[in-house]
Amino acid sequence: MIVVIDYGMGNLHSVRKALEVVGAGAKVSSSAKDILRADKIVFPGVGSFGEAMKELKKRKLVQPIKDAIAEGKPFLGLCLGLQLLFERSEEAPGVKGLGVLKGEVKRFKLKGLKVPHMGWNSIKNKRSDIFDKVPDNSYMYFVHSYYVKPKDKKVVLSTTSYGIDFASGVCKDNVYAFQFHPEKSQALGLKILKNFVEL
Amino acid sequence: MLTKRIIPCLDVKDGRVVKGVNFVNLRDAGDAVENARFYDKEGADELVFLDITASHEKRKTTIRLANKVAESIFLPFTVGGGISTVDDIRNLLNAGCDKVSINTAAVKRPSFIRESSKRFGSQCIVVAMDARCRVKTKDRQKWEIYINGGRTPTGLDAIQWAKKIESLGSGEILLTSMDYDGTKEGYDIELTRRISESVKIPVIASGGAGNLEHLYEALTDGKADAVLAASIFHFRTYSVGETKAYLKKKGVKVRI
Repeated sequence: MIVVIDYGMGNLHSVRKALEVVGAGAKVSSSAKDILRADKIVFPGVGSFGEAMKELKKRKLVQPIKDAIAEGKPFLGLCLGLQLLFERSEEAPGVKGLGVLKGEVKRFKLKGLKVPHMGWNSIKNKRSDIFDKVPDNSYMYFVHSYYVKPKDKKVVLSTTSYGIDFASGVCKDNVYAFQFHPEKSQALGLKILKNFVEL
Repeated sequence: MLTKRIIPCLDVKDGRVVKGVNFVNLRDAGDAVENARFYDKEGADELVFLDITASHEKRKTTIRLANKVAESIFLPFTVGGGISTVDDIRNLLNAGCDKVSINTAAVKRPSFIRESSKRFGSQCIVVAMDARCRVKTKDRQKWEIYINGGRTPTGLDAIQWAKKIESLGSGEILLTSMDYDGTKEGYDIELTRRISESVKIPVIASGGAGNLEHLYEALTDGKADAVLAASIFHFRTYSVGETKAYLKKKGVKVRI
């Protein structure tokens, strides 16, 4: 069973529907029990880092998420779900992230470039099962004002260029996470979800 | 590199797509979900649904529509029209739309922009502004913001309003030129450029597209981040595919 974690940050309808289209029924849930019982976990989310951590704490989901990751369950973070895996964010000074990955989340400060970074941009992919049949330089849909800066460059799975080259995808062991929205990126986005489902 | 977005706009009334010409005359152009599927296949980068349903009661048809669209396409889409409360936004986002566009309610109560962007995130709050040229001399041009579907002048200066929208937390501006909307004579390039240069958030140009050169001008001279068009796509004057091929040939970065 795939569990899509619901912690009140944005609509999960499209993620659930996209998983269904690629052949996996998913349960949208905010229960720690479901998370610990899941075979695979999808961790989406839009909104602010500070709000999100508050919601996760309120629902007592911080430890269950960390435990599920430590157990080796395939885990997919999307957008804010990527950022929350890191230690901290400039968006919410003083708020601790999940800290599953070392590094921080920074705001785009780019002269002459619009923030949020919104729209279709290409990703430079490293080879990975999750990118099976997703060609290098595929376009994905982004909408974010902050980007992750992993301490360990080896976790970077894909990069995207917007004034700077930032990590648009990361992978560490069983954890995959993307800044873009595969569930909104038409056929190639759905392929990534399918690859995750089939991991 | 980030690409420029091509966004077909679908005016929706009671679950059907219609298109306003100068905000008044409407022509039927088909079923909304079918349109969405069509544009998805054609390679549109996003879709915008503008709900022009008059009665509050019938707006529920739009929520159902958003739900159906979200289940049939995996492409970002925005719904706008008549949104005035946090509950309106929540209902639409829960139905599966990615962004909402607010217009009249934002002017009447600017704090609504702040409340909604705080609650749901800036990324899903688009503020639509309808601007009309009020002063045009050789070296000076000014535009005023209109609300209620372009019927009511507000006295607000378009550039000042755009800056305020940004400071209140909106993630994007959907800018419509009332002077050019429905004319097919091209976007208001001067207005678009002035607004785009005044803010750091993305600006979608709207109103006036009649041919592909117009889209090109808005994305280059107008400095728009995206262009919205309705009739030229609905009536198949151009396909999204040929639009993108044209833009690419002229050196505009688009997703093909």
